[in-house]
Amino acid sequence: MATSVPLPQVLAREVEPEPRGWRAWVLTTDHKRIGIMYLVTTFVFFLMGGVEALLIRLQLGTPENTLLSPQTYNALFTMHGTTMVFLFVVPIMAGFGNYFLPLMIGARDMAFPKLNALSYWLLLSGGIVFYASLFFSPPEAGWTGYPPLSGENFSETGGVDAWIFLIHLTGLSSLLGSINFYATIANMRAPGMGWGRLPLFVWTLLVYSVLLILALPVVAAAVTMLLADRHWGTAFFDQNAGGDPILYQHLFWFFGHPEVYIMILPGFGIISEVLPVFSRKPIFGYKAVAAATAVIAFLSLIVWAHHMFTVPQPSIVLVFFMLASFLIAIPTGVKVFNWIATLWRGTVEYRTPLLFGCAFIAVFVAGGVTGVVLAIFPVDWALHDTYFVVAHFHYTLVGGAIFSIFAGIYYWFPKMTGRMLSEPLGKLSCAIMFVGFNLTFAIQHSIGLDGMPRRIYEYQDVGNLGLYNLISTIGAFVFGVGILITVINIVRSLRVGAVAGPDPWKGNTLEWFTTSPPPVNNFDAIPRIRSVEPMKDIRRQVERGTPPVHQPAEPAPEHSVVA
Amino acid sequence: MRSPARILIAALTASLLFPATAFADFFSPDDSSGSKNAEAIDTLYWIVFLMAMLILVGVWVALLYSMIKFRARRGAVPAQIRGNTRLEIGWTVGAALVLVVLAIVTFVMLDDIRNAPESGANGVDLQQVGQPTGTPNTESVPPSGRSLRIQVNGRQYVWHYTYPTDDDDQPFNNVFTYEELVVPVDTTVTLEIKAQDVVHSWWIPALGGKMDAVPGHTNWTWFKIPAEKAGQVFSGQCAELCGRNHANMLAHVRAVTPEEYEAFIDQRKREIEESNEEAAEQRERIENE
Repeated sequence: MATSVPLPQVLAREVEPEPRGWRAWVLTTDHKRIGIMYLVTTFVFFLMGGVEALLIRLQLGTPENTLLSPQTYNALFTMHGTTMVFLFVVPIMAGFGNYFLPLMIGARDMAFPKLNALSYWLLLSGGIVFYASLFFSPPEAGWTGYPPLSGENFSETGGVDAWIFLIHLTGLSSLLGSINFYATIANMRAPGMGWGRLPLFVWTLLVYSVLLILALPVVAAAVTMLLADRHWGTAFFDQNAGGDPILYQHLFWFFGHPEVYIMILPGFGIISEVLPVFSRKPIFGYKAVAAATAVIAFLSLIVWAHHMFTVPQPSIVLVFFMLASFLIAIPTGVKVFNWIATLWRGTVEYRTPLLFGCAFIAVFVAGGVTGVVLAIFPVDWALHDTYFVVAHFHYTLVGGAIFSIFAGIYYWFPKMTGRMLSEPLGKLSCAIMFVGFNLTFAIQHSIGLDGMPRRIYEYQDVGNLGLYNLISTIGAFVFGVGILITVINIVRSLRVGAVAGPDPWKGNTLEWFTTSPPPVNNFDAIPRIRSVEPMKDIRRQVERGTPPVHQPAEPAPEHSVVA
Repeated sequence: MRSPARILIAALTASLLFPATAFADFFSPDDSSGSKNAEAIDTLYWIVFLMAMLILVGVWVALLYSMIKFRARRGAVPAQIRGNTRLEIGWTVGAALVLVVLAIVTFVMLDDIRNAPESGANGVDLQQVGQPTGTPNTESVPPSGRSLRIQVNGRQYVWHYTYPTDDDDQPFNNVFTYEELVVPVDTTVTLEIKAQDVVHSWWIPALGGKMDAVPGHTNWTWFKIPAEKAGQVFSGQCAELCGRNHANMLAHVRAVTPEEYEAFIDQRKREIEESNEEAAEQRERIENE
């Protein structure tokens, strides 16, 4: 049976050798190197955001704690939220996209390789500009930066400006990246890869790109107006001069809610790739899963004011946004049912990517149902801005993003490095993360129901608040240990991991058709695509003894790799 | 032999039931006894919560079952199923139906939560207490248009309350308090919520949902504390990040009988008059010097 693994058809002809050493990274336009730089950079930001989270939990571990000053505490949750959203989850999806999108559609690079490099460097500059504020005065207005609190009168120092420029720089990075993704997917698919044969991860990247293109200009406008209000005497959000603070909230959340789906849709895509491979079954209802992605994206653009149920609004507006938010549960539910149906009657192999995938489903569904609870605006009046909401969005984002990102790391690490990650360490990491995560956030629902608001640096020990918060803090550290085990696993496996070979999982998609790691030009010959699972077709052809049909090996000029 | 066993079983049942009732708070808003709208929100929460748990547990069971039942075994062959249109339409429609039910339940409950009822017979006489200037938002008052309208003003980091008085021509002499709001029981109290610096959020969990205080806007909510709650104090705190001391922007509502309320207003009026007179004397002294 081992013979059914096809030999990769790679020669890397007519490709200039890349420079060596640090110049190989700094000057590169190769989507794989850029992808790795994205992944490493964002993972470092993830660890920084994680340390900030642990400090927050440490402060809240006991009632009326004096460990951190209110100023430090406000800066920490602002930096934690901003880092996780703008410097980790959104760009790490672009990192996976950079590395795997061209491989999965059988392209030799992205459509605009130099633009791609620019995207990465803009992201890094955004992160540096933001974290540089640590040396003068970090922002304290929360990751949402509501005026008037973020205005010149209440945030005099430059922290908020650093935050605004982070939004601009990472936003520009994402915008250019999205244009690149879109152009690549639209134009550079392998012969025979129609829209109905596009891998589901690529589908989600397509929708991710469109959502970013639609939503980012709005937040860019909002923070530019804030910048002008702060420094140039305009009054967009100043109620005393005819402006309106609520305008900012509308603009921010018109971006902010699609942003939530920008963060989790590619995660959905990773899960839709991982589950079929490890249950040895095609994805259940490919068209429904792809269509649900598009429907979620559309609905995500018309639900933003459910973040604003407590600001002065007419009842009819509240009702509209409640019903629209309800609707989003339908395509999301469809996806979950399809994933479980994919496992159904398969042969489920308990490998680490699959376990992270199942942990994702379990956690994400919990965040989904509390989302419906919060969509009911009278109930939201009781729960808004409490720890119930904190628990809810960590269930969706840690469930939807982090668990799927870890599934992606374990699934694709062999392709990127040529080495396998340790399975026992991976399973241990998954188990500890799952326990730690639930320990941290399940109890936070009750903390919120007991009336504890978000973003307070101290609380009084009323009822069980002290105990619940202590449990949550312990859970956060357990969660941290789980993440640390994966970090150790990655560092260790880079040197001593088992050699992966081109296709260690018997994957379904084209990235497994080339060597691990792939050569600079990815493929010399690109097979004709006949189904959603081209690698299955190729394996079958090899078993029959007929070599796979290739396109002519001559790459078109726009596909060629320029070093 | 049997009776100790019975006692043991009874004790076990009791010990299981006790935390079950104690756990009601664990799963739902803590205290909603202060006003009918808070109670209605609590009821609505419970209905939605139970439906959500049912779905959640269902999905978890299906997930675990498929993971365990269909784990890879020697000789097992995966069924190459690509989909099932009927099943997929079925669960899409099923999900939609659940949401329709939720929407209907919400609309049924909404009236009790959003619309202010009339004051009760044991409440304060609203024709006596006067009204603040400005016409109320028609949505925020009971059908008769009569409620005790109190202005709540959020500022870093304290709540300021202005009570209605019968001498509206001198709004500066209106009775006011900080942090603690004193209200009569069995009276519909309408809050007109404003902010003067940054965004705050008014929230007393036992008296209903929170409402943001946004500079340049007037938000509103209402509550009506039952007569038997006279003497109780309901507490809450600002729920929207408003700066470094956000954690200590507290709010209390003290429920009193109508007589006590009138006495309280009279006393505050006297205090304000006295300090006004004192200020006038001081002015005179300074001018004469």
